Amino acid sequence: MTYETALAALADPTRRRVFEQLRGGPKPVGAIAQNLPVSRPAVSQHLKILKEAGLVRDEVDGTRRVYCIDPSGLGAIRRWLDEFWDEALEAFRAEAERPSNQAGKT
Amino acid sequence: MTNTSLKIKAAPVRKSVRVNVPPARAFEVFTARIENWWPPTHTLLKSPVATTIIEPFVDGRWYQIGEDKSEIDNGKVLAWEPPTRLILSWRLNSKLEIDDAVESEIEVNFVADGGHATRVELEHRIVAVDAEAMRQAVDSPNGWSGILESYMRVASG
Repeated sequence: MTYETALAALADPTRRRVFEQLRGGPKPVGAIAQNLPVSRPAVSQHLKILKEAGLVRDEVDGTRRVYCIDPSGLGAIRRWLDEFWDEALEAFRAEAERPSNQAGKT
Repeated sequence: MTNTSLKIKAAPVRKSVRVNVPPARAFEVFTARIENWWPPTHTLLKSPVATTIIEPFVDGRWYQIGEDKSEIDNGKVLAWEPPTRLILSWRLNSKLEIDDAVESEIEVNFVADGGHATRVELEHRIVAVDAEAMRQAVDSPNGWSGILESYMRVASG
């Protein structure tokens, strides 16, 4: 994402208030809309733009979709962790399935 | 305007892998044999890693020892429930140094999958981020500080 995209996304005062709702932690759309004088579909539209700007991420938690802030500084950490765990868990699988390990502790 | 008290939550990293051993063995390999699989390139030590140790109890240390005998703590054992669950804390920053900037937790669940296999489900949660520490750690115009600056400029003006 670029500096300009983030700036543009936050230029809208209502969208800024939507973003601020996530400062305390992840929230579903309904909870964000409850605290604001705008409709739930409008909040969803603002979240979509914030997501495209790289400012928030969404994920499914059971039956609901939860949004949280994802600044690019954190995005870099997440990318690193993502790649790290792919490599680490593959090494773990290979170690766990080594014949000597399945036979017993050596 | 400062934002030193701003704490941000980020989406967790989730991974899972299926291994052809029962949960008890999978748990043992993950913990007692971590030195055999933890990528040697990923250490906070200056010297090559000689061993990695997870102490087998709640509040135990999770640390690495280098070939030069230096030690570094990665974090603590927050949950020790063999053979089903393990939670470790891990402190790191964007440069992968021990730092209070990012407080993270690694939760691993070992779920029996058929008679002799285990699904290992890992979730790495970024628990809390100190915004000011991250501002200093990630010093790039397009990075964290850039976003906070643009955010603060817009929010205050």
